[in-house]
Amino acid sequence: MCLAIPGKIVEISSDNQDSAIVDVVGVRRRIDLGLLHEDKPLPGDWVLVHVGFAMSKISEQDAADQMNTLRVLGEIEGAMQEVKGYGLEDVN
Amino acid sequence: MAHGAGGKASRKLVEGLFAPLLFGATPGPLGDAAHVDINGTRVAITTDSFVVKPLTFPGGSIGELAVNGTVNDLAVSGARAEALVVSYVLEAGLATPVLEAEVRAMAKAARDAGVRIAAGDTKVVEHGKADQMYVTTTGIGRLLPGVKIDPRSVRVGDRILLSGPIGDHGITILLARGELDLEADLRSDTRSVLPLVEALIHAAGPGIRWMRDPTRGGAATSLNELARDCGLGMVLFEDQIPVRDTVRGACELLGLDPLHIANEGQFLAVVSPEYADAAINALSLAPGGSEAQVIGEVCEQPAGTVLVTTLYGGSRIVDMLVGDPLPRIC
Amino acid sequence: MRFVDEFREPELISKTAEEIRRLAGMERHFRMMEVCGGHTHAIYRFGLKDILPENIELIHGPGCPVCVLPMGRIDDGLAIAQAPDVIFAAFGDMMRVPGTQGSPLEHKARGMDVRIVYSPSDALKLARLNPEKHVMFFAIGFETTAPSTALTMMRAKAEGIRNFSVFCNHVTIIPAIRAILDSPDMRLDAFIGPGHVSTVIGCRPYEWIAANEGKPIVVSGFEPLDMLQSIVMLLRQLNAGEVKVENQYKRVVPWEGNRAALKAMAEVFELRPYFEWRGLGFISQSALRINRKYAEFDAEERFEVPGIRVTDPKAAQCGEVLKGVLKPHQCKLFGRECTPEHPIGALMVSSEGSCAAYHNYEHRKAAMVSLSSIA
Repeated sequence: MCLAIPGKIVEISSDNQDSAIVDVVGVRRRIDLGLLHEDKPLPGDWVLVHVGFAMSKISEQDAADQMNTLRVLGEIEGAMQEVKGYGLEDVN
Repeated sequence: MAHGAGGKASRKLVEGLFAPLLFGATPGPLGDAAHVDINGTRVAITTDSFVVKPLTFPGGSIGELAVNGTVNDLAVSGARAEALVVSYVLEAGLATPVLEAEVRAMAKAARDAGVRIAAGDTKVVEHGKADQMYVTTTGIGRLLPGVKIDPRSVRVGDRILLSGPIGDHGITILLARGELDLEADLRSDTRSVLPLVEALIHAAGPGIRWMRDPTRGGAATSLNELARDCGLGMVLFEDQIPVRDTVRGACELLGLDPLHIANEGQFLAVVSPEYADAAINALSLAPGGSEAQVIGEVCEQPAGTVLVTTLYGGSRIVDMLVGDPLPRIC
Repeated sequence: MRFVDEFREPELISKTAEEIRRLAGMERHFRMMEVCGGHTHAIYRFGLKDILPENIELIHGPGCPVCVLPMGRIDDGLAIAQAPDVIFAAFGDMMRVPGTQGSPLEHKARGMDVRIVYSPSDALKLARLNPEKHVMFFAIGFETTAPSTALTMMRAKAEGIRNFSVFCNHVTIIPAIRAILDSPDMRLDAFIGPGHVSTVIGCRPYEWIAANEGKPIVVSGFEPLDMLQSIVMLLRQLNAGEVKVENQYKRVVPWEGNRAALKAMAEVFELRPYFEWRGLGFISQSALRINRKYAEFDAEERFEVPGIRVTDPKAAQCGEVLKGVLKPHQCKLFGRECTPEHPIGALMVSSEGSCAAYHNYEHRKAAMVSLSSIA
């Protein structure tokens, strides 16, 4: 029961604050925002959609941080190896 | 119900019941059309029924499917459709404008496809049967010179070509049913693929081993049937398979695989390596073929199976459709 | 697709896979369990096993709510729907799950009004559109899905809808993990924690796994990079002798969970004293039922439920496969009597079930496929 998809809120219903339209690469679906009362999303926000309900707001910042972490993966190790190669570690 | 969806159950029904009782001593694998000998002239003949619901949808209607579907079945068997005959089963109470619209659509589709509708029949059944209308078309055609379709001629190293993006038709229908609360800018891809097939034959005829139009059950089902018939493996590169973003999005939302979704305006071809370049060039230059791609290759292993690989080295097996493509929520 | 494609970037995947190989070394054998069926599916869909080194073994856990549903409950749900003018509504995942008299789809072919819905609100909509019928929603899922069912019932109550009920089979994840850890045959080093359940319950509920059981757990997303990064994080912990709960899926999972979702669940549900899990037996406090306040929407209150217990055929080893003790192909029925077309156990019906996933993705894969370059 885990299938959930990121979607971008494009419109919130004027007559029902809990009803919104999300866009997933051009496919538009009506979803329920009732589980996000404590952190209401706005049009333009990304949410995680599961069985027609928004479960969570997606943090673009956290996503970007994650990508950065992955990009430098191995680089720090590599840098360390390089530094070791200079023999500097023997210098106290 | 699962027997009509185009996948494993359909195949069992055809091979287990129809083929032995109806086709008798016909040797070899079952194709999209039959080639029969009439006093020394070989003629291609095929039939198909169209029961789509709703009758009309973005990009087309049942009438167009009925024409293009049969023209395409003939085309991928290596034949040019010459004439169709059509049979209507109509539900009592069907509104005349609806019927008229479909007949007009069929007439137009036939003109566009360059095929004659030679004769027809109509039956009316009680209200509540026939879902407004069912249409059956039977087509006969002339064999195109320079090509011979036979899955047994497929060899290791042959390339697998796809004429354009998959999934458009099936997803359009799903959305058009209106049960889903999903909206997208998507149209059925229904069209005659004969011009593309002819361009392909012209450029690469001697190298063509097999063609099929992947309708119900999708590309995965067609390729699985081929894999079974020739005993080799079909290896596809996921990133080379053309799929529109909207189709991808809808499939992700619904938990469906584009490879299992029906198409009405595309075809698959297996071409020998020597002719592969000429083949893909001819297709991409022909009108309507700009999105054609080489999507894979025939390999020895895994035999009888369709394998999809990803750029980063992962791979998965794609089976024939089992039952209806039930969307996953999980 | 945003927030999807980036996490499938091939170069980054290779890089992360390299880091995994480096961290995993050659000596130690790592056994990691992914709890959630969505992760099992992702592993097969993206061919992640092909990318991981040999000494990392992924063991499939019981987090597939369709798989753990006893056949008797399906029979019960279908029995309710036999009543006149009842519409049986359920997610697509349920449609092919066999009861003793056939699956919901098979019942549909025999004349029962069976509808696929994609949301509990769809089921409620059906009730509004068909006032002369009763819509029974067959609810399944872990804590990911339960809040949506709960909120739907709250809406139904607010609207005064009388022709709607829920047959509740929601289960909770922590007791399942506990059952795994309590199982004597289990040897696990670490857990890949469920991602979407955690958007609701947060990461705190897993703290005992680290503190009491000494197993690292990383709450993971579902894209290839998410899962690979989670494995990197687990390997780092294991190599350093660390044991803690980490959240890899930060962009979506709040550490404290989703309060509104938890509130909705508390409003509508209560814990059953015990519930039978297919393959795992009876587990206490592991499933939800509808409380008295919402009794009017409880299908088990409104209808006669036969409550038949159906034991699985002895030969079917669903339990051991569910617990990760056996691999799917080690079950005697696998690939023979039990296939995706003729499933005997639920692990073969649900595409998330280990057996179906294994059958579809692994079983027929021969030796390494060598590809010549594609034009």
